[in-house]
Amino acid sequence: MTIALSIDQLSVALPADADRPYALKQVSLHLNRNEILCVVGESGSGKSMTAGAIMGLLPDRVRAESGRIEFEGRNLLELNDAELRRIRGAKIGMIFQEPMTALNPLITIGDQIGEMFRTHSKLSRRETAERVQALLRDVHIPDPLAAARAYPHELSGGQRQRAMIAMALALEPAILIADEPTTALDVTTQAQILKLIRELQERKGTAVLFITHDFGVVAEIADRVAVMQHGVVVEQGEADTILNRPQHAYTRALISAVPPLTPPPIRQVAEESILAIRQVNKIYRKGGLLGRNKRVTHAVRDVTLDLPKGGTLGIVGESGSGKSTLARCVVRLLDPNSGHIEFDNVDLASLGRRELREHARHVQMVFQDPYGSLNPRRRVGELVAQGPIVHGTPCQQALAEARELFELVGLDPDATRRYPHEFSGGQRQRICLARALALKPRVLVADEPVSALDVSVQAQVLELLARLRQQLGLSLLFITHDLRVAAQICDHIAVMKNGSVVEHGTAAQVFGSPGHEYTRSLLDAVPGRHWTPPSFAGDIERIAA
Amino acid sequence: MEFLHRYKRNPAAVFGLVLLLAILVLAATAGLLYPQNPLGLAGRPLQWPLSNPDFLFGTDHVGRDIGAQIFHGARVSLFIGLIATVIAIIIGIVVGALSGYYGGLLDDMLMRVTEAFQILPSFLLLLVLVAVFGSELQTVIVAIGVVSWPAAARLTRAEFLSLRNREFVQAGRTLGLGDFSLIFREILPNALPPVIVYASVIMAVAILLESALAFLNLSDPNVPSWGNLIGGGRGVLRVQWYVSAIPGIAILLTVLAVSLVGQGLNDALNPRLKNR
Repeated sequence: MTIALSIDQLSVALPADADRPYALKQVSLHLNRNEILCVVGESGSGKSMTAGAIMGLLPDRVRAESGRIEFEGRNLLELNDAELRRIRGAKIGMIFQEPMTALNPLITIGDQIGEMFRTHSKLSRRETAERVQALLRDVHIPDPLAAARAYPHELSGGQRQRAMIAMALALEPAILIADEPTTALDVTTQAQILKLIRELQERKGTAVLFITHDFGVVAEIADRVAVMQHGVVVEQGEADTILNRPQHAYTRALISAVPPLTPPPIRQVAEESILAIRQVNKIYRKGGLLGRNKRVTHAVRDVTLDLPKGGTLGIVGESGSGKSTLARCVVRLLDPNSGHIEFDNVDLASLGRRELREHARHVQMVFQDPYGSLNPRRRVGELVAQGPIVHGTPCQQALAEARELFELVGLDPDATRRYPHEFSGGQRQRICLARALALKPRVLVADEPVSALDVSVQAQVLELLARLRQQLGLSLLFITHDLRVAAQICDHIAVMKNGSVVEHGTAAQVFGSPGHEYTRSLLDAVPGRHWTPPSFAGDIERIAA
Repeated sequence: MEFLHRYKRNPAAVFGLVLLLAILVLAATAGLLYPQNPLGLAGRPLQWPLSNPDFLFGTDHVGRDIGAQIFHGARVSLFIGLIATVIAIIIGIVVGALSGYYGGLLDDMLMRVTEAFQILPSFLLLLVLVAVFGSELQTVIVAIGVVSWPAAARLTRAEFLSLRNREFVQAGRTLGLGDFSLIFREILPNALPPVIVYASVIMAVAILLESALAFLNLSDPNVPSWGNLIGGGRGVLRVQWYVSAIPGIAILLTVLAVSLVGQGLNDALNPRLKNR
């Protein structure tokens, strides 16, 4: 095997006011021809910075301080802008996480791909158009002729990412850098894109540097793996070795934190249901003066579900399946158009505003984004205490209870006087939990509570949720797109598609013998489903500490 | 602390703050340096500045001490600017917050009212208000506040529109918080920074509006405002130009100081914009 690109002792310095002096510290990597090298790490590990350094696209005030990046016998760090421009796109292609923002919204897909040829070659108009068509066919876009004329917003997320890949591969670069290319996509689309990248890579012999945080994706696509932590490569080697016999403690901890796809043994859950969702519908109507261009979206269609007392009902589905809308209907952030939501012999769906506020305390919600769901201008203790205060608890007592809740969710009680920005993502999600628990709810609706967290933090928060469920006798309505997470925490699982529940059963049933075709396709699309992460007890605690 | 540090890095903002402090010192020492009524006759009219050691800034066309009027005028101008700004910001925030938070019909109605205020040139509207309600100081201040709020309302509304569906507001709603606390305790503190910065613009404009009124002899003649002094000097503008020029410079420096402080606040509140 020949080396396509080698990084030798690369250090990248951060500006003086950053939280650490180096983004990358003496990173040495090499990328062979015709292979996929996965760079894995959690947020802040420096994996994207590595890609930026190769392309000469580091953020302002960040610079490569020492080391070499060797490509075709030249050190990329020493090239000037004009020389780098000739390499970017032509010899090193790149695809990004969010194709919607990486594509220019005002230019058609065909023109954007054609721009690659106009910039780097002297092809005629007709030849360019033909090449664009060939590329769009290569990436299996349905109806390539129409796609070339479409603007980015007219394509789906997966098609946009296909167009991005077509663009990156237009000039048959020797190297393709893919920075989390599937993170923003649904799981079935992700599986297709991963397959496409693999197929094109094999056909053209491209060297792919694939950056990801997801070990499932690594298991799916990598030939070799490099694991990064705090700007240092802690371990690299063949995919099989790293995935199944990792040596470094950090790699072991990361891999142990990946939830296996098989549900744990069945817990005993009461037959009795605490929350009954009956025939709930939510319809969005859009625009249309005098009925023109009127769009009606059935976000939730006749959903009937039961949440068993003390149990966890998982609602899984892809984006647009209506799972979050359903959750918001349950806590009445949205008003369902029809149907009943029965809790304690009260129909939550039909309550007026005043009664709703009284009943709100029994059904609480935890949100996805731990950064956006805490008011940045108030102390976290006040945030936790404000619910009880509204419901009539004296201020002093509520603040004292907030301290106890902090202890319950594993935070320092003295931290109640601090502001949200002083906490990490995992800690903030614990604060959100404490805030929801302050009202002593009996049902907790969790909308993707761990999706924004790194995998090791995710494991801790899931553990906390499982513990609280036991300790407080909570019933959980758990919304997630991640089947691995769902397998770990849910007793029952409902699969949603286009607003309807297509399958509903115990976790073991749904994962073991899925009845509906859509469930099977979801399960088939889970990255790394054939790989069972080995477990290394003890390592997680060490990393957490 | 961090805020102060960021503010200090901007030399123009620091200069503005020093200037503003100097004007505050003028206002504070007016009673000590010029204990007599600044509108009382002091000496021979139209003495040039520096020609008589008793009147360093000279005297105006009726023989009042210009220096006394400048010092006491600082009080009046800052007072007018401050109170009119507070009135405008309060109206603007209430209208913008209700409009942005509730949306729908209320939003439509409030925004039409706002636009009705915006399409009239504010000075014209001010003239009408003063002509109808008289020109005592209080009336003038309230009138300036009433013509200055529409931009603040639109700004607040825009902030509310982007903030009202954030998860922390939804979280507050699930906790059972009422609309009042959602608006004023959850959203408003987050919407405030750009409005505060804009307040400096309103304050500068308020001082100018009062001067313009006074220049047309439509402001309260019984207070020693800078505008009145300029208006008084109008008749002798070609020869004894200093009567109008000295208060004019005072107004210029005050407006400059307020604007620079506002700009500095803006940069300090949005540190990321500054680093580019």
